Amino acid sequence: MRELSLNVMDVAQNSVRAEASLVRITVEESEKDDRMKIEIADNGCGMTEEQVQQVIDPFFTTRTTRKVGLGVPLFKLSAEQTGGSFNIQSEKNVGTTTTAIYVPSHMDMTPLGDIDSTVKILIQCNPQIDFVFTHSTDLGSFTLDTRELREVLGDVSLDTPDVLEWIGQYLEENTQNIYGGASL
Amino acid sequence: MKSLAELKAIRDRAKAQLDLRKENPNAARVLVGMATCGIAAGARPVLNAFTEEIAKRGLTDSVTVTQTGCIGICQYEPVVEIEIPGEEKVTYVKVAPEMVPRIVNDHLVNHNVVTEFTIGAIQK
Repeated sequence: MRELSLNVMDVAQNSVRAEASLVRITVEESEKDDRMKIEIADNGCGMTEEQVQQVIDPFFTTRTTRKVGLGVPLFKLSAEQTGGSFNIQSEKNVGTTTTAIYVPSHMDMTPLGDIDSTVKILIQCNPQIDFVFTHSTDLGSFTLDTRELREVLGDVSLDTPDVLEWIGQYLEENTQNIYGGASL
Repeated sequence: MKSLAELKAIRDRAKAQLDLRKENPNAARVLVGMATCGIAAGARPVLNAFTEEIAKRGLTDSVTVTQTGCIGICQYEPVVEIEIPGEEKVTYVKVAPEMVPRIVNDHLVNHNVVTEFTIGAIQK
């Protein structure tokens, strides 16, 4: 994967398939501490201890159309190759939390990339699921919580084009802010 | 800054159009393969390109863009399937964002399949 945001999109879809109703995506960047954390937490069907071991294995997949499952192994590799760490916490019928810790100054660090686009597409393609996206840097943080949007929108779906455009702009403006860009 | 008040205005506008969109059984579907293979091959900009092109042409009521999983032809990703009710499903392979306006114009608007981009053309 060229960007970590693509790994996030991939792994978040495991949450979708696990029939989660709420997916939390957290990105914590700290230049000061030379650390970045990406966490994807869901309230889906969860896995047994044995299944957790299996998903880390590239030659395991629950799918029948092919024999390899590279989503989790690639995500794990992206973190470990920077000297970071990777962890999956899961409990059957409770949910799964996947955490990747990075050392951004490492030569093998993959750029985060367009995480906003990932979040927007996840909402667009799964309007029935709630997403809570939190992004923080040394300069500040912001959160997009689709449950709050839903409260305002009533029965208007999150994947309505105008709503998606609003979400895109909201993410863009807030991202600019926490990266220290000029406020508009 | 974007505010929730602004979102409220969007809601009121959208409500008026809502019924139209929900109850359109003839809506065409654009399915972009977004499993690990598709994402790695560049499916995300392709999905964005479809969303933008369809919005630009005002087709949002008659075409929905969504994602699908891996259909087992990872070597041809990004794969895009187009389903128009009453017509045969078409599978486009190795789709790049630059190809999207033509697929939207020829296939979704004018119902002419862009044969050279389909899986049939590549396998020959």
